[in-house]
Amino acid sequence: MDVEDGPVDTFRARVRQWLADNAPEPTVNRSPEEQLAAAKRFQAALYDAGFAGITWPVEFGGQGLTAAEQQVFNDEAADYDLPTDPFMIGMGMCGPTLVDLGTTEQKTRYLRPLLRGERIWCQLFSEPGAGSDVASLQTRAVGDGSDWVVNGQKVWTSGAQQADFGALLARTDPDVPKHQGLTMFIVDMHAPGVSVRPLRDMTGRAPFNEVYFDDVRLPADAVLGEVDGGWAAAVTMLGHERVSIGGSVRRRHDPLAYTNLAELARRTGRADDPVVRGELAELYAAERALTLFNSRLRQEADSGTPPGARGSVAKLGGAELLWRAVRVAGLIAGARTAAWDPADEAGEELAVAINATPASSIAGGTNQIQRGIIGDRVLGLPKEPQVDRDVPFRELRVGTQPRA
Amino acid sequence: MRLVLDSEQRQLRSTVRELLADHAPPTRVREVMDGGDGYDPALWRRVSAELGLAGLVVSESRGGSGAGHVERCVVLEELGRALAPVPYLASAALAVDTVLALEDATLEQRLLAGLASGERIGAVAPAGDDGDWGSATASLTAGWRDGGWVLDGHVSFVVSGDVADTVLAYATAPEGPAWFAVSGDAAGLGRTRLRTLDPTRPMARLEFASTPAHRADGADPAAVLEAVRDRAAVALTAERVGMMSRVLEMTVDYTKSRVQFGRPVGSYQAVKHGCADMYCAYQQAESVLRYAAWAADHAPAELPLAAALAQAHTGPASFRVAADAVQLHGGVGYTWEHDAHLYYKRAKTSELLLGAADQQRERLAERLGV
Repeated sequence: MDVEDGPVDTFRARVRQWLADNAPEPTVNRSPEEQLAAAKRFQAALYDAGFAGITWPVEFGGQGLTAAEQQVFNDEAADYDLPTDPFMIGMGMCGPTLVDLGTTEQKTRYLRPLLRGERIWCQLFSEPGAGSDVASLQTRAVGDGSDWVVNGQKVWTSGAQQADFGALLARTDPDVPKHQGLTMFIVDMHAPGVSVRPLRDMTGRAPFNEVYFDDVRLPADAVLGEVDGGWAAAVTMLGHERVSIGGSVRRRHDPLAYTNLAELARRTGRADDPVVRGELAELYAAERALTLFNSRLRQEADSGTPPGARGSVAKLGGAELLWRAVRVAGLIAGARTAAWDPADEAGEELAVAINATPASSIAGGTNQIQRGIIGDRVLGLPKEPQVDRDVPFRELRVGTQPRA
Repeated sequence: MRLVLDSEQRQLRSTVRELLADHAPPTRVREVMDGGDGYDPALWRRVSAELGLAGLVVSESRGGSGAGHVERCVVLEELGRALAPVPYLASAALAVDTVLALEDATLEQRLLAGLASGERIGAVAPAGDDGDWGSATASLTAGWRDGGWVLDGHVSFVVSGDVADTVLAYATAPEGPAWFAVSGDAAGLGRTRLRTLDPTRPMARLEFASTPAHRADGADPAAVLEAVRDRAAVALTAERVGMMSRVLEMTVDYTKSRVQFGRPVGSYQAVKHGCADMYCAYQQAESVLRYAAWAADHAPAELPLAAALAQAHTGPASFRVAADAVQLHGGVGYTWEHDAHLYYKRAKTSELLLGAADQQRERLAERLGV
């Protein structure tokens, strides 16, 4: 190893030891409430050990370290199934956006409880009529004295059923073009008028929700960033989202990870087939190339070049990798992919993973949107003619349903 | 693990890029391609003797500059970007790596300083008729005659073998495979320039008839074969990354300026998304390159896997990107006059130089322990 890796190696040793001593056993057969309680306990322990908010500022509870240490932590954590899911939105998206745009008062109030696992966050952007075109959203926030009153509906909200706070994007001025009249708010999910309904996805599970706002009152200091400057705040958050998704920790038991598919091939005798061997080699190569790309982005960020729109490469690469893995999994598991003994947990896990894969190329911006971002913002290709660019939002046709 | 270049390495990149912009523009590449020499001796002197770039992985005490593979890869990237007509891959990579791996003091004494300064052009001949790495043992035999070693038979697919002053050949000796150094003007050595898919990368078939040779002593010959192959994979990956960056640049520039149906074609999603896919492939290939080059310098134990990864991944990726570049240029990309086809041909050759895709995947699978 390089001499310059010295301090990072020390950090790695500390992470490895701590995880070995403190990583909890997977909590498969517990109720959602018990799982959430276990996740909160673990997050608090992470905070106490100095592994929460590794790159966040020290004054707000972070560790003030670099992306290199974050990478080390992710690498080491990949050997475990840590119960960090409920905090992914907060840690990966809302928190970093608060760090970037929040007032000192907001940072002081929200960041530490997030890091300690006391408060869960969700992101309230998408609507039934505003998916890829988030800026066409219709949820309204109307000024009332110094307060704001919110009405509308959000959808695809991960974790809203558990969330204490949400980052809400709402329309504050419908008389200007769509990007100009948006504002980002921090909303208390327990406030009167907020209701959450689970939404079942194609795996049969309900990790998402519909969230309804019915005359929800927000104070003036709920604004994150500038009033009518919500689009800039949303772009900041979406940038963090892409990096977070693209660079997210692969699960040790992820049935679509190379290591586990190679193991499955060995166990079932498929590893002697040259076609299977070739496909596994390519899967490894694709997985490793993406991991290395993510590491490079982090190293560049540490030396002063933020990833910007290149986060979309990571996001797109992650989705393409999963689709490749679905193909290889079918090649190895064959008919057992289609039907399995009720007692066979591995069969169930693989089925869920295959059914969840379309989400990878839709959620957080479809593959098509990511390619558009790379083309426009990284390569500087000319944008498509935008028919709605200079039109006041009020006059636009939006989504697939009639305007409210 | 370091995946970004430091300021000195970036400076090296600019220096080489400027040199090649002045002395190896596309017009010059085509002149050399159409001429008889197969390379540009004046450019080679600038790259090697003047800038000292041929000895980057050779220590200063042995005539090199004592830099490393990361730096050499920076140079190879630029040479690949420009399709520069110099025997750098053959001599400064393959031949230098072979001499270093052989650990034969006599050979080092005789060859290394000249290879590092560029006065001597080296080439490596590991392949016989099927082109497989190491297959030369089936077609080239060494025997002891009149107090010296002689070679009989032939080798093929020898990159820059037509102009090399020294050829390092892998042959069957009485007790097994061994490496031999042969002078380019040795008696009984016949050279035929092959017709090549890639007109910018000459390859030759060499015939040996009782050709005198120096037998390398020192390291295990089969281990040397593997070590050189791994480093060759990294070197080729560097060229590919340079090529990918150039064809992407060409394609983006073209699709920004080419107007059809009243707007630049790059504004259409089908074209824009094609460019985005090229960019993703290029960015991931560059990441793999930085890792493999770093491993060659700092983590030799990781190199066999890193090199197999680099070859299996970037070989097909660079051809796909080069082919996409032709496609996204449309008709003009299919013309002889446009440079896109030169990259297309170089990428296909590069993908196959160390063996076909199935071999690359199997090599990676083996090293992964699948």
